[in-house]
Amino acid sequence: MRDTPWLRKSEPLVISAGAIAVALALFGLFCAIAGANPFGVYGSIYTAAFGSSSRIQGTLILASPLMLSALCTALPARLGLVIIGNEGALVVGGVGAVAMGLSLGTSLPPLLVQTLMAIAGMVAGGVWIGIVGALRHYRAVNETISSLLMNYIAIALLNHLVGGPMRDPSSLNKPSTFPLAAANMLGNLPGTRIHYGLIFGLVACGVAYVLIQRTTFGFAARTAGGNVRAARIAGLPVGRLAVTICFLAGACAGLAGMVEVAAVHGVANESLNAGYGYGGILVAFVARHNPLAAALIAVLVGGIVGSGGILQRTHSLPDATVLIFQGIMFLTILYSDSLYGKLAFFREQPVDIPPDPTPAAVETTV
Amino acid sequence: MTTASVSASDVISPPDLEVVNMTKQFGSLVALDHVSMHLKPGTFHALLGENGAGKSTLVKCIMGFYQPTSGDVLVGKRSREIASPKDAHQYGIGMVYQHFTSVPAMTVAENLVLSRFDPSVMIRWQEERDRLQAFMDQAPFQVDLEVPVAQLAAGQKQKLEILKQLYLNSRILILDEPTSVLTPGEADEVLGLLRQEVTNGRLSVLMISHKFREVMTFTDEVTVLRKGKFAGHGLVKDLTIADLSSMMLGEAREPKIVDKVITTADRPVLEFTDIHANKDNGLPAVRGTSLTVYSGEIVGIAGVSGNGQRELVEVLSGQRSPTTGTVVVNGTPYGATRSEMFHNGVFSLPEEPLRNACVPHMSVAENMALRTFDRPPQSKGSFLRLGSIRQMANRLIQQFSVKTPTPETPISHLSGGNVQRAVLARELSSDQINLLIAANPCFGLDFSAVEFIHGQIVAARNRGVAVLLVSEDLDELLSLADRIVVMSDGEFVYESAIADADLSTIGQRMAGH
Repeated sequence: MRDTPWLRKSEPLVISAGAIAVALALFGLFCAIAGANPFGVYGSIYTAAFGSSSRIQGTLILASPLMLSALCTALPARLGLVIIGNEGALVVGGVGAVAMGLSLGTSLPPLLVQTLMAIAGMVAGGVWIGIVGALRHYRAVNETISSLLMNYIAIALLNHLVGGPMRDPSSLNKPSTFPLAAANMLGNLPGTRIHYGLIFGLVACGVAYVLIQRTTFGFAARTAGGNVRAARIAGLPVGRLAVTICFLAGACAGLAGMVEVAAVHGVANESLNAGYGYGGILVAFVARHNPLAAALIAVLVGGIVGSGGILQRTHSLPDATVLIFQGIMFLTILYSDSLYGKLAFFREQPVDIPPDPTPAAVETTV
Repeated sequence: MTTASVSASDVISPPDLEVVNMTKQFGSLVALDHVSMHLKPGTFHALLGENGAGKSTLVKCIMGFYQPTSGDVLVGKRSREIASPKDAHQYGIGMVYQHFTSVPAMTVAENLVLSRFDPSVMIRWQEERDRLQAFMDQAPFQVDLEVPVAQLAAGQKQKLEILKQLYLNSRILILDEPTSVLTPGEADEVLGLLRQEVTNGRLSVLMISHKFREVMTFTDEVTVLRKGKFAGHGLVKDLTIADLSSMMLGEAREPKIVDKVITTADRPVLEFTDIHANKDNGLPAVRGTSLTVYSGEIVGIAGVSGNGQRELVEVLSGQRSPTTGTVVVNGTPYGATRSEMFHNGVFSLPEEPLRNACVPHMSVAENMALRTFDRPPQSKGSFLRLGSIRQMANRLIQQFSVKTPTPETPISHLSGGNVQRAVLARELSSDQINLLIAANPCFGLDFSAVEFIHGQIVAARNRGVAVLLVSEDLDELLSLADRIVVMSDGEFVYESAIADADLSTIGQRMAGH
């Protein structure tokens, strides 16, 4: 038996990159059918996303909520849960943050208000997905379905609040809450137009990585995610782990909602529900639920999201074309999951060491 | 249906089957090395060998699951290309697997119709029923056609698997350890009926077996494999058990007598009272069992699989909640939480360790740290100390001779015996061990691995550990246990010190008498 760790580690990289390349090719085909030059489109997307310093900044602004919202799928995935309630957690997080910000007003120093807004957003999002985890563990409700449905509840809740109890009467066309005090808004990184949300996103991804890979909590979560029977035999509190990790996941998405209201919109309204949640699911899957990879992929996806306008202007493709690209990419990534262990190149050894069902081929040669 | 497909098979005699110089390589591993074998028409032939000797590979090559690297399969004296089980079926060869392949929710009749290789789009049930009934009337044994398979006992299910092959007109039956899930009584019945079919010239049977008793009683000829090579062949009537054993193992090996020291079993470690638990489907599996296990003794629980042992073990090891009943360890109530496990020194050797006690895609080192990762020195505060985890893994790998390329290799890449050793290392290396719950710890392992594991379990007992050993292998229990309990239909129906144990009573209790 030989063991080649680099080969094992390169497998996800090669397969993911391959899936993205296939997605690009298929998207090119789609553009060609729609009457645009695929290579022109690729070029435009690149230019729109990374063509200049200003555009890179725009991409990073889009990437920050994606990083946070991706963690909402990536963290529970390590425990074997498929959570897609990112959008809902983001929305309730935004509402929670606004409620906190408005109730505090300017009574406290801005830094303190911002901190409390962030905590409010995280708690709101955390409880939202925590409910999903509890339903899963205590009532065996499928977490994917319940988190999906919780999205609709969250959006309905948002619409209800901004249309009723929390409505600012002066917001006519687009019902919104009262705006946050300007002093309480998150500022920009010095010398850029990138808000501090990017730092939140990067820190959250780093912390999530350390949490999963380097702490006893992460070890327990990975054990329970890899084999719940083994976790039980080791006495690990599987239910508490599930609820906790769902809470943390929701808290990340909730923080994304806080960033959106406190750095971008200044109010909570239907703009919160702009697809960062769903984009986050894509980011998490492409990153294979690795938080560090998610930070990078979020930038990539942020760039693609931001290039909708340019496709409309220069290639007369509808700006929803980028959603098609995201959809294709999602499908190829999901498909590529089935390739693990199937590519001969990555085989460490003939895995199909044959005979008896619980064999010990090595043993007999002792 | 394919009735007239084999030239050599008229209605009376099954075809002749010969394997000539077959070699099968998997990468660098030679699983079969120039093996030849001859199954004469109308004979009952046993294929013997240790785990990993190549028996399953050989029959899978015959069945077309694997393509041999070189060598021939001759059916009816003519070389045949067998590319898939469907081809094998064309030549009248059918295989009965170790594990049941019927759909539990469907009836026997539905399963039989389903098993055909060429089901038509429409099923005319009336006709099918008549035909099945006619088939069943002249089959060597009968199973009720209208009963869902889930309600059949293991022996009945095994009969159904064989009936399926007869229904498909297989004239050569290949049986892969057909009796591993049956009581001795059921095994004798099934094999006896097959023996009759063979004697009447209607079938040839090739049976993979580990059980010398069955080989001696029911078969005509035996071919022995050892480490992928042909190791011997002969007529059973010319051979003794000692001959078979020396062919199989290379030299005659006496099973090692385990050295038990005398311990005073006086301190109760595990006490459970009136435990009830359900199966996954909500039906009761354990119906009110009570037992006390003292320090320094091994209590064996015997029984045919499926009588509640698995659920009982799951309750005790924390994988299943009991519906009622109490578990007390070291005098305090025990709920199988991690801190209770740690403070009371409770460890488990579950069956199928890869499924029950390991995280397949995590590394050997991480799996070995499953009990200790949240305590110093492997963690500091909430943080893991990867160096310390690796260090312990290296020590355990050496101490328990686990064959792994590196501690970082995913544990699912290891062979079954080495996964078992890794789990054993984790569960038995602690100084704190006080109670060990083991379930079929040697299932499917070969001689040397079994000996090693038995030695470790007895060594633990000699140190004063209380051991609860659940096993389907009666010989294992008789050689290891100090006290034996028989479990049948969810209850304990027999208990005796090992010295006073009466084998025939145990057998009857196991079979529910």
